Amino acid sequence: MALTGLQIFKVLPKTNCKKCGKPTCLAFAMALAQKKASLDECPDATDETRAMLAEASAPPMQKVKFGTGDSAVELGAETVMYRHEEKFYSPTVIAVSVSDAISGDELKARIDTVNALQFDRVGTHIQVNAIAVVNDSGSADTFASVAETVKQASPLAMILVSESADALGAAAGKVADSVPLLACATAETADAVAKIAKDNKCPLVAAADSVDALAELTEKIKAAGVEDIVLCLKGMSLKEEMYGLTTARAAALKKSFRPLGYPTLSLVLGGTPEEQAGKALSLVSKYAGVVVLDTAEAYAILPVLTTIMNIYTDPQKPVQVEPKVYKIGEAGDDSPMLLTTNFSLTYYTVESDAEASRVPCYILVVDTEGTSVLTAYSGDKLNEKVVSEAMKKFGVEDMVKHRKMIIPGYVAVMSGKLEEETGWEILVGPRESSMLPKYLQDVA
Amino acid sequence: MPVPRVADTFKGAVSRVTIGATAEQGGTRTTTVTVGGALNVVYAGEPGKLGEKPVIAVDVLDIAPEDWAEALAGQYKDVFGDPAAWAKKAVDEYGADLICLKFDGIHPDRGDLGADHAVRVIKDVLAAVGVPLILWGSGNDAKDNQIMPKVSEAAKGQNCLIGTVTEDNYKSLTAIALADSHKLITEAPLDINIGKQVNILVSDMGYPLENIVTFQSTGALGYGIEYSYSIQERQRLATLGGDKMMAMPSIVDVGSEAWRTKEAKSDAPEWGPAEARGPMWEAATAIVLLQSGTDIIRLRHPKAVATVKNFIKEMW
Repeated sequence: MALTGLQIFKVLPKTNCKKCGKPTCLAFAMALAQKKASLDECPDATDETRAMLAEASAPPMQKVKFGTGDSAVELGAETVMYRHEEKFYSPTVIAVSVSDAISGDELKARIDTVNALQFDRVGTHIQVNAIAVVNDSGSADTFASVAETVKQASPLAMILVSESADALGAAAGKVADSVPLLACATAETADAVAKIAKDNKCPLVAAADSVDALAELTEKIKAAGVEDIVLCLKGMSLKEEMYGLTTARAAALKKSFRPLGYPTLSLVLGGTPEEQAGKALSLVSKYAGVVVLDTAEAYAILPVLTTIMNIYTDPQKPVQVEPKVYKIGEAGDDSPMLLTTNFSLTYYTVESDAEASRVPCYILVVDTEGTSVLTAYSGDKLNEKVVSEAMKKFGVEDMVKHRKMIIPGYVAVMSGKLEEETGWEILVGPRESSMLPKYLQDVA
Repeated sequence: MPVPRVADTFKGAVSRVTIGATAEQGGTRTTTVTVGGALNVVYAGEPGKLGEKPVIAVDVLDIAPEDWAEALAGQYKDVFGDPAAWAKKAVDEYGADLICLKFDGIHPDRGDLGADHAVRVIKDVLAAVGVPLILWGSGNDAKDNQIMPKVSEAAKGQNCLIGTVTEDNYKSLTAIALADSHKLITEAPLDINIGKQVNILVSDMGYPLENIVTFQSTGALGYGIEYSYSIQERQRLATLGGDKMMAMPSIVDVGSEAWRTKEAKSDAPEWGPAEARGPMWEAATAIVLLQSGTDIIRLRHPKAVATVKNFIKEMW
């Protein structure tokens, strides 16, 4: 919780020595509270003062990393309960499980399947970012050997899932250099597992069946020297888990309750692909740092990854598509040419309605800094110059034989100037994109 | 170790809206549906504060759709063009809580059918099923203003949910909903200020706020769902903060939006089999929107209905 200027003032030297450049200690305290000054500017601050301010300015939720190099993933560092307040920072990491009860070709095939859960949609690459080795075999040796195989065969960040301290110790010993996330320590195994995490420098999941027990456990693990902790609520229904996760997040962010100031992990093992996806979607929307699934069905994974893509966008920044000419269907040199802006919602609406028309066509998308048609026009980001430059840049004249451009009905007013600037005939399309199918069918 | 609970200081609640009227209530419905009542955001506070269970309205079109993806159309081909049989199937086989009767056929571009057609459809559907009905216009203001009052009149006493009214076109439908005692859907284009404005406008006509359900427009997963999500969440927070002009249950149109997406309908085997992918995309859109706080979900595919029902059963 941020300190007020007065709270800070109480622990300053109160000498008004001006060495910090401020006239008084109180003025300096106010500047510190507003984050407009740094305590380093005060040469006489005591260590206690430094410690207290550092504690107060620490982020409410710790950042935790696992994996190495390009495949390292980051969790936590969240600051808000609702995405519209600011944004959600660390996109949920989706992990898919590999059981250590399988071996040989079956194991190899499963690892390949998990590695292949990568998709390109709307110009963005999204993928499963972690692979979770699950100790179904009950054997520490088998677990360690499968973890080694996974390390060799998968570039993904690894999670080791076992209830057994022996198994986690054996596996961590083999793959420690890839910095796996160890899951998990319980009240019973905390001492042993915390030591494994500390010795192998791995982050650790603390698991308990209530938020209160969890808070106790993280303090214990922290006291044992493990800093990078991830929370897990286990042995309950999804409903209880969702309420628990929300309580934990609120305590961390709103009350600066350090014992729960960590990202979370949820295990969704078992159930149909639809059930797993449903649970994962709920968890992704409400605060999960990592979700481990055992379905590897593309049709269940893709919507989960897409949800992460959507929910973790910055609500202050409009999502943009690349300005260029998009080809809809088998468009040829006599197909209609449509104009719109690069606000993603605008573009995808137009694209979807153009596709629905079944009329092959081109869509010229001009860069309006991600604003919609009317907003862009009002802000002078959509004018005849912008359009004419985009037409040259993207070689529009070489794509079609005709010289007719269909513009959104809302900017009919720019037709005259646009005609003058480009020499093209300007056709005014419908105001609402939903009328495009009919319009295109009539024009074509 | 006791964890500090963040106390709720909320003073508002989502209003409760009941749709449908049984014989005792002057209608012919065999069931009614009540939505709303939430006293918190989803999953915050105690489970008892989530209000009524969200419900599922299955879309029934007055005419056979021409552009539905095969994976979806295949489920209904035998009842296309027969709204009564379609509604019966949605209720008896798929477990719809309500039927959303969508009057596409009256749109000038999609048949331009008249009042005779629309009135026949509503009468047939009322006779075929006992669940409450949502009556949804075509989106063409002129035709909706001309035909929907006739539809409303034909369903008088049934306590339907009728819509939609917008900032630019609300007078005739609001008046008729008031006269025929139907509940009303107010629509806004993903803009929370317009959402509030249209509620104020219909309220100024004497229409009771507690009979309104809001429709903030729906973006499908991958295509603007984050806008719908945040507007729904902000509406809920405004409600809890005591804003009476926003304290309505909401409806989302998941079926038609989800089935417009590439992910639901295109032939892309690398994304999984089309017969599983489309319903999953539809269910996913619904489940994500449920997290932000919504009350009535319009759906189409029976598998999506099953997945979402299953989810609601587990969480509410």
